[in-house]
Amino acid sequence: MRDTRRTRIVLVVLLVLSFTLITLDMRGGDSGPVASLRSFVGSVFGPVQRAVSAVVTPVGEFFSGLGEDERARLEELERENADLRLQLRSSEYAQSRAEELDKLLRTAGLGQYPIVPARVIALGPAQGFAWTATIDAGTRDGIALSQTVINGDGLVGRVKTVTASTATVLLAIDPTFSVGARLAGTLELGIASGQGQDPMELQVLDPQSPLAAGDRAVTRASETFVPGVPIGEVVTVQGTPGSLVRIATLDPFVAFTALDLVGVVVEQPRTDPRDAVLPPRPSASPSPSPSATPGPTPSGTPSASPSGG
Amino acid sequence: MTFGRVLLATVLLGTAVVLQTVVLSRLPLPGATPDLVLLVVVGLALVQGPVSGLLTGFAGGLLLDLVPPADGAVGRWALVLCLAGLVAGRYADAVERSTILPLVVVAGLAAGSLLLYAGLGWLLGDPRVTLAAVARTLPTAVLYDVLLTPFVVPAVMALARRVEPEPAWHRLPR
Repeated sequence: MRDTRRTRIVLVVLLVLSFTLITLDMRGGDSGPVASLRSFVGSVFGPVQRAVSAVVTPVGEFFSGLGEDERARLEELERENADLRLQLRSSEYAQSRAEELDKLLRTAGLGQYPIVPARVIALGPAQGFAWTATIDAGTRDGIALSQTVINGDGLVGRVKTVTASTATVLLAIDPTFSVGARLAGTLELGIASGQGQDPMELQVLDPQSPLAAGDRAVTRASETFVPGVPIGEVVTVQGTPGSLVRIATLDPFVAFTALDLVGVVVEQPRTDPRDAVLPPRPSASPSPSPSATPGPTPSGTPSASPSGG
Repeated sequence: MTFGRVLLATVLLGTAVVLQTVVLSRLPLPGATPDLVLLVVVGLALVQGPVSGLLTGFAGGLLLDLVPPADGAVGRWALVLCLAGLVAGRYADAVERSTILPLVVVAGLAAGSLLLYAGLGWLLGDPRVTLAAVARTLPTAVLYDVLLTPFVVPAVMALARRVEPEPAWHRLPR
């Protein structure tokens, strides 16, 4: 085969280069030369991703609207029909976006979280095994590393890297993600971690705790995460009382396949909202549980000091 | 690498990465995401030969590692796609005689590159790489890439041929 020598040389050079990059990145972590290279590429491609996202989303809605056009006899009726349908489609689209924003602001208001709203413009490909998303807010909007990201339903993740105009969010379902959690209505502490496509896992620190399906978990106060953000609902409980930990599977409140509008919490709230952000339970409760009786009081908690703002 | 090749590769790989992260990843497809970058690398390598395949594979993989929201160790996809480009380049003269060969090559490379990427991740201690995750993404990765091949690879190959009407390596004595 022609040129195998050249092929071999190039192959060896590129293999060595790849291994060097991998080693540099793993040793440098978030501050090495490779990380600054990634940040540079991010600042180049971020605006491109924003632009393409802005174009693609409305165009998709436009085409799904036009497909339902019918052929009317008169040209004006036909055109008017198309115009009216387009208006209806874009107002439905605008309405769904407004509803999302409404939900996000309501959640942020309940928890008194100061947020910067942002849209998800790109997702990591699934065969990278990492669950990350790019949002269109960056350092010039006030975003910083490790800030909590929420949406109208609950916890979305935390900020992993930031550039000037975009940021990468590590989603809560990523296998390397974990957050301190608290069972709503109680003081039971635990750790919730992501499991990829499987439901999240909740490890409760007290093995004697009465953990049952239907219990809901919120984030607990910590240095990086804001407290009181809803994480998910317990689905199954493994392990028996008396073992070292109780492990449960958690169904997250956020629909990670349909992320669009999110909010980045830029500062800790002045008081811990405790369970105030969780919606009230529906009246018919499937199984009476002796421990957690969630009854969130949206108008504040008994231990919260009056807002000093 | 001529200037035409470099320009074409840059444009195609950049477009593929942006489309893959902005459009394809957000489609509600179960399992893996269609790997446009792999298809572009295969298309270019099938026309330009193994050395070119090595270089475009490396560049495409590096882009995949760096462009947000990528989060793994930089260099993993560069290594995997560089080898994929080499393998695809080896079939460059056979592809003119067969129409099904690109499909077979893409299917094999999609599976192989995913397994190699997972293996490398496991070797580096990435906690995200589990047998269940690999088993879940492998069949859909191969399926989506094969389904997308007739739309992407011939177009890329046509563009590549237009950039160089007579590949020089055809004319050298064997």
